[in-house]
Amino acid sequence: MYITNSGMNLFFEVGRYFNLLAKAFSKPEKFWIYIKLVFKEIDELGIQSLGIITVISIFMGATVVIQAALSTDSPLIPKYLIGFTARQSVVLEFASTLMCLILAGKVGSRIASEIGTMRITEQIDALEIMGVNSAAYLIMPKIIAAMFIFPFLTVLAIFIALAGGYAAGVFGNLVTSADYIYGLQIQFRTFDIIYTLIKVEFFAFTITSVSSYYGYYAYGGALEVGRASTKAVVNSSIIILVLDYLLTQLLLA
Amino acid sequence: MIEVVNISKSFSGKQVIQNISTVFEKGKTNLIIGQSGSGKTVLLKSLVGLHEIDEGEIKFDGRNYSKLKFRDKKNIRKEIGMVFQGGALFDSATILENVMYPLDMFSAMNRKEKIERARFCLNRVNLSNVEQLYPAEVSGGMQKRTAIARAIVLNPKYLFFDEPNSGLDPQTALVIDKLIKEITEEYGTTTVINTHDMNSVMEIGEKIIFIYQGEKAWEGTKHDIINNDCQELNDFIFASELFKKVKKNFSILSDDKRFMPDEKDK
Repeated sequence: MYITNSGMNLFFEVGRYFNLLAKAFSKPEKFWIYIKLVFKEIDELGIQSLGIITVISIFMGATVVIQAALSTDSPLIPKYLIGFTARQSVVLEFASTLMCLILAGKVGSRIASEIGTMRITEQIDALEIMGVNSAAYLIMPKIIAAMFIFPFLTVLAIFIALAGGYAAGVFGNLVTSADYIYGLQIQFRTFDIIYTLIKVEFFAFTITSVSSYYGYYAYGGALEVGRASTKAVVNSSIIILVLDYLLTQLLLA
Repeated sequence: MIEVVNISKSFSGKQVIQNISTVFEKGKTNLIIGQSGSGKTVLLKSLVGLHEIDEGEIKFDGRNYSKLKFRDKKNIRKEIGMVFQGGALFDSATILENVMYPLDMFSAMNRKEKIERARFCLNRVNLSNVEQLYPAEVSGGMQKRTAIARAIVLNPKYLFFDEPNSGLDPQTALVIDKLIKEITEEYGTTTVINTHDMNSVMEIGEKIIFIYQGEKAWEGTKHDIINNDCQELNDFIFASELFKKVKKNFSILSDDKRFMPDEKDK
């Protein structure tokens, strides 16, 4: 019985999610207002995440280089593999998946709590009464902004992580500067960057749409907004990991 | 005029309002009263279309709102102004921006004209020098007045108020009541107010419907309410000692012209 109810509930939630998306992507009332909102969201979702992206990327790159150096500490293994390993790990996985998992926490909880608070304080009802499509007004600019800015953040994260790796490797005497840079360049495939950017587009859409969904349908009081925020982060993270697996199978396998 | 014909609404099988019919008249303050949980907020939200009704019809000047397509409903919504219980002001916008918001979305005015119109509405509700403040920086009464200014900025035909006096002190509540009455008369709006505040009922209740357990139990004017014969309404009105004394000394009220029928009502 419990399984049946959970299954029905899942179908209900998925159906409602897609209905909300259909409503969110309907024709805007005034185009220029939505353009302004997209720029505002680019600032709030992207630019204001630069700090955390920088910190995470530095330590991510540094840690990967140390681990690679310790794992390949043999005279038979060329040192440039440290740079190669760092690049592959950062480009293929860490800069996209790990960064988006962190952003699911930061941006996702912010979106869910913002929209959830608007719901419980009747601000969304006020928009609807005015004749504004609240879903489009609140959700579409966030999705577009995230899908626009997250790829830039990813590319930035790659550069910062590799610089962090350089610092840890070279200043920690684990690898020479020349070996590390050679490792970064060897067997470079442009498609790896395209693959990671494709993943980031899916992750950006997931984080913003799933978090908006939980915020939009929040009800009750502050406690429920907190729960919506937690659900948004947990479910966005799970979907990101599932999508990561599926996209890797589709694009690389 | 808003005509309500036999509307019902349930949530998850629980009937919240049933078979309510009434007429909310143009240029008058129409009050919906009842205990907490009686279904009056659901009724109000059903009227404005925030809840889809299960049965019945809601007609805005003859236009059957409940049967209209989404696009046509949106057109009627642009003629509606609503003030929510908590004000529902946008936290991240200033008082002026809040009032300007409907103009930004739906008017062809330029920025200067919008600011002028918003300032006019803020002055109309006696708010000045708070334009650049955020809702969290002003008092509850000011928030309510801002919400009223926002509601009237597009010259609505229909005004809805959900508990306009909740959380306000009696003096501020009286100011808000008077403001609602003045605006209704000045703009000729069909005004529907959801309240359980008996002071509001006696101040501005030109037409009153009483909701009891989801059904309309009584309908009349403030002049009829003191001597009504509806037991549930009497239990509601005379719950406080003050109103019990008012009823006992009803002759005192007879000398107060506010509580006597106007010439036009006779």
